[in-house]
Amino acid sequence: MADEKKYKKPLPRIDEESKGFWEASQRHELYVQKCRACGALRYYPRALCPACLSDDTEWVLSSGRGTVYTYTVTHQNQAAGFRDELPYVLAYVELDEGVRMLTNIVGCKPDDVKIGMPVEVTFEDVNPEVTLPKFKPAT
Amino acid sequence: MGFDRKAVIAGVYEHPTRWAPDKTMFQIHAESARGTLVDAGLTIKDVDAYFTSGVGPIGVLSMAEHLNLQPRYLDSTSIGGSSFVAHVTHAAAAIAAGLCEVALITYGSTASSERFAVGTGGGFAGDPPDHFEGPFGPTVLGSYALVAQRHMHEFGTTSEQLAEIAVTIRRHASLNPVAKFRDPITVEDVLASRIVSSPLHLLDCCIITDGGGAVVVTSAERARDLQKRPVYVLGGSEACCHTSMGKRDLTDMAAQQSGPRAMAMAGMTHKDIHMCMIYDSFTITVLETLENLGFCKKGEGGAFVQNGRIGLGGELPVNTDGGGLSSNHPGMRGIFLVIEATKQLRGECGARQVKDCEIALCHGTGGMLGLRHSGATLVLGRG
Repeated sequence: MADEKKYKKPLPRIDEESKGFWEASQRHELYVQKCRACGALRYYPRALCPACLSDDTEWVLSSGRGTVYTYTVTHQNQAAGFRDELPYVLAYVELDEGVRMLTNIVGCKPDDVKIGMPVEVTFEDVNPEVTLPKFKPAT
Repeated sequence: MGFDRKAVIAGVYEHPTRWAPDKTMFQIHAESARGTLVDAGLTIKDVDAYFTSGVGPIGVLSMAEHLNLQPRYLDSTSIGGSSFVAHVTHAAAAIAAGLCEVALITYGSTASSERFAVGTGGGFAGDPPDHFEGPFGPTVLGSYALVAQRHMHEFGTTSEQLAEIAVTIRRHASLNPVAKFRDPITVEDVLASRIVSSPLHLLDCCIITDGGGAVVVTSAERARDLQKRPVYVLGGSEACCHTSMGKRDLTDMAAQQSGPRAMAMAGMTHKDIHMCMIYDSFTITVLETLENLGFCKKGEGGAFVQNGRIGLGGELPVNTDGGGLSSNHPGMRGIFLVIEATKQLRGECGARQVKDCEIALCHGTGGMLGLRHSGATLVLGRG
């Protein structure tokens, strides 16, 4: 677990619409949502399906595997927390389930990240409530 | 459909400042309002509609108070730096509908003297999508870099091609006496500048300045006895683009939706456009906007911007004022697109004048390109 006093990056708000996702992250499980009415997948999680406005939602366990859709090696960010960890990799990962999520690529040199690279989820436990899904090169 | 040539731009003013530690943001708004009303030959008492953005949730009321306005039409549409382009469309619609007659649009910012890190400050808005983004450290700049990286991957676009845009726009800035950076640069200079967020270099990024500007939109009838040649608002449209439930193609921009609508409304095709003012927050923004507006096919933007095509004297001059890349960028640049296009259509641009400029297109992109952004397109015609 990260040292809470030293962790300065923004933390997500865990609310009625998102808590299923963050609670699963705590258990080191990654979920996406699927609409039971129209079948559309969605990320990020929210209460109503934007495709049909149904609130009949199924949580689908993701394999946690995907590929890098795009990325940027960030060399400048003045915000607290991030400026101490430059350079870092911001990326969209396309999950095998078919949705893209913004995340970080960790566990390799920033210069080794490539579009199309297979990756797998790895969980960063920030505090007792918050665990962030990040990705590392697939084994 | 359309404004039926009922609305015109009657006044424009670009504040010459690029560094104003001795002024407040509201003062820059007011000085810009004064400038555009003088340009139009109108007084503050003639104003019956007011538009602004970037001043906080009910800042439009504070600005109205600061200028002691009594408007019968108010609009504080806030869709990022493109807001002021959208304001012109909204003003034209309100004027065509008879809701108001003299619309004042103002902008002011002291981003530079307040040392505000516009593109790399992080920031965390706190709306639902932000909670799935902010923890991972996206910067505004990074959201454009994500798009640039994908564009290079899909289409083979190169850093040299992006650099060509910065070089061309700097050349235009060298002809603008109030542009902040006027010394020519080369493709090699851009490539040698440091990487801020890969694949974008420092010289791929807009500058940060103080500044402001203002525009007056009025009815064609009212403009008849005003001093400046009117510029018609021929067409306008807006759109937004976001992550689309996690399925968006990052090479799609809002411009793909708003551009064709605005051009159809104006009854114009690409070959009718004599010059473009395109929001150049970053070089990739210009390249993708040209593709998404349909000036070239997707993936061909890299070749399109080479060989002088978007320079003065080329087939489609872009950002003749020196743009946000070299002239000024106080955080929200949309109003300057409208101001320069209007000056070009009036033939007031001197050394940087586009010859026989009759139709101009403005396209503003606001927000974070690879996360969520707005697009506002405007087609203007010489009166």
